[in-house]
Amino acid sequence: MLDKLLLIWESLPLLIRGAIVTLELTMSLLAIGFVLGLIVALGQVYGPRPIAMLMSGYERFFRAMPILVLLIVFFYGLAFLGVSLPAFGTAVLVFGLHSSAYQSQIFRGSIQAIKPGQILAARALGMTRLQVIRYITLPQALRLAIPGWSNEYSGVLKDTSFAFAIGVTELARQGWQIATRTREMFLVFISVALIYLLLTYLGTWLLELLERYLSVPGLAGQRREEHGRVV
Amino acid sequence: MAVSSKIIVRVEDLHKRYGSEEILKGVSFTVRQGEALAIIGPSGTGKSTLLRCINRLTEPDRGRIWLEETEITSPHTDINKIRQQIGFVFQDFNLFAHLTALDNVRLGLLKVKKLPKKEATERAMHELARVGLAEHAQKYPAQLSGGQQQRVSIARALAMDPKLMLFDEPTSALDPELIGEVLQVMQKLAEEGMTMIVVTHEMGFARSVCDQVIFMEKGVIVEQGPPEQIFTNPQQPRTRQFLGKISELYGGAGR
Amino acid sequence: MKWEQLCQGLAEEGFLRLACDIAPRLIQGTATTFQLTMLAIGLGLAGGILLALGRVYGNKLIYWVSTAYVQFVRGTPVLVQLFLIYYGLPTFEIRLDSLTAAIIGLGLNSAAYQAEYFRGAIQSISRGQMLAARAIGMTNLQAIRYVILPQALRIVIPPWSNELIYTLKYSSVAFIIGAPELMATGQIIASRNFRYFEVFLIVAFIYLVCVLIISKLLDIAEQKLKIPGLEMR
Ligand SMILES: Nc1ncnc2c1ncn2[C@@H]1O[C@H](COP(=O)(O)OP(=O)(O)O)[C@@H](O)[C@H]1O
Ligand SMILES: [Mg+2]
Repeated sequence: MLDKLLLIWESLPLLIRGAIVTLELTMSLLAIGFVLGLIVALGQVYGPRPIAMLMSGYERFFRAMPILVLLIVFFYGLAFLGVSLPAFGTAVLVFGLHSSAYQSQIFRGSIQAIKPGQILAARALGMTRLQVIRYITLPQALRLAIPGWSNEYSGVLKDTSFAFAIGVTELARQGWQIATRTREMFLVFISVALIYLLLTYLGTWLLELLERYLSVPGLAGQRREEHGRVV
Repeated sequence: MAVSSKIIVRVEDLHKRYGSEEILKGVSFTVRQGEALAIIGPSGTGKSTLLRCINRLTEPDRGRIWLEETEITSPHTDINKIRQQIGFVFQDFNLFAHLTALDNVRLGLLKVKKLPKKEATERAMHELARVGLAEHAQKYPAQLSGGQQQRVSIARALAMDPKLMLFDEPTSALDPELIGEVLQVMQKLAEEGMTMIVVTHEMGFARSVCDQVIFMEKGVIVEQGPPEQIFTNPQQPRTRQFLGKISELYGGAGR
Repeated sequence: MKWEQLCQGLAEEGFLRLACDIAPRLIQGTATTFQLTMLAIGLGLAGGILLALGRVYGNKLIYWVSTAYVQFVRGTPVLVQLFLIYYGLPTFEIRLDSLTAAIIGLGLNSAAYQAEYFRGAIQSISRGQMLAARAIGMTNLQAIRYVILPQALRIVIPPWSNELIYTLKYSSVAFIIGAPELMATGQIIASRNFRYFEVFLIVAFIYLVCVLIISKLLDIAEQKLKIPGLEMR
């Protein structure tokens, strides 16, 4: 028993290294997904019809594709086209595109939840469309998006484990390597699972703090189920 | 209520249709400096549409509108410049939900007029004091009563230093006991010489505060004149019917 | 850039030929994917209902066990859960082939998510319904069986059809432990002819078509099964 605990203790530095890669992956993909998702959402809500339709098609496509399949196709596709991108970069790109489709839906929902009269009022003050988006729409929409975004965080954090398949040494692969070396499969994978659990709850807790910090009376996003499927 | 001879707004043959329905069928009138004009009429008549055409929140199909010498309806006019000079007060307040009362009033000054922060704050506080809400400056809209929210929205419009104020049924969304505080602020404004157009069902206000009354129905002006004439001696049978119905509903034309 | 090569590869140099060649095996793989999906979702359905009942009506112990299970599964990646079952269980002398491990893994995973849909559905059915059932002399179990569950099952259809799509998409993870489903079939084919990109492009296309068709079918079914006034609040 003790020797097994010792084994985990000794593997901890490697597992932590893996966890850091997992977090780096998660943060980078969320950032890409955030920017693209916002653009897609704004395009869908405010864009002219062709743009809105294009954005909807983009969203539909990425939501219908299994993320693992997408990852593998891009991985071999980039090689096929002679583009050399490290596996980590490929993962960030693919996860980011995928997440942008989901984030756009979150943002679209929260943009549409803003009472339209406020936009009229802002225009009546002489604001340009861009000023309205910058000072009225976004500050409210982003606040309203935090609960949905927290669910997205926990979803993509778990999805990053698929980067295992293209050889990124994130937490799952790090665990895999330790497990195959030590033959302590169950123990190592339980430890890996607990680290994921920790990261999931830590992240959503921080986002809840952020939500509370930014909260404004009378302006609250819908509480979604925590750690639910990101569908 | 010193009404000068200077014309602030001129509306000429305004038309607007939504789909197959013509909402405004050629509306014309003028408002002079310092004048308070009341527009009354049944709902669905196009009163809100008319007000929104004046600052082009709604684009009219035909007809022209001038603010002093500037033609608002000209495609060469920078409409955002014009809108800064026209205050608009909405039926349901439309305060920015993520901003305090102070920031609601200050936002236009900072971002549209680009005033320095200190100046903008002073001006905003001054306007809040003017509507009696200085002590509520740090509250969010959700923490204010309807009447207080509407006064903030008036302060927000006034802060831009408008040449003209448009009110679209400013008290219709309020509980009866809160209507008075808003009407009071508006009355004070009229007495200070603000040029204003007020769409309202408050006949008492139209009668005692306004200089001109327009009765509109189905997209046309049926009758126009000083309040005494409209309320005591209407020339058109439709006007008489409408006022009769209103006093039935609200128990007397003066409230 | 090898665009010319791509275009050639796609058009003349036998992309369609390749597609024809490998179609039978890919169809086989697709069938396995569907089998895997359906068994996993069925297992998840049974487990989900039990977990939900445990969380709503169970005593303290049952409540805590089912809650802990749901939280653990929802907070960890399905891939790690598969590793635990496929590579971890042999530690306890439990050995499963990769397809069985995938079915069980995906099923146990889905159970935790389905549990939450059912819990939400059960809780959205008013307490009044339970009281009314008890008032006409039903036992607790009878009330659950004849009054609560029939309504809950109906309410849960929209999130449940999402779950089905989700499981179909995420069944691809079984490929990592080598279960012979669609992705793994593609992998085997590609490792022989080295046309990885083209093969996986075809695989991706099959997934896309399956997901879109099934979504459409579920939409139609949802409309048909709708009962007015009975919806998740
Ligand atoms: N954006 C719009 N699209 C279509 N119809 C509209 C729109 N805005 C107003 N209308 C219609 O125009 C008519 C006049 O509306 P409105 O100007 O709000 O009347 P009032 O303010 O006098 O009650 C109504 O029948 C209304 O349904
Ligand atoms: Mg109106």
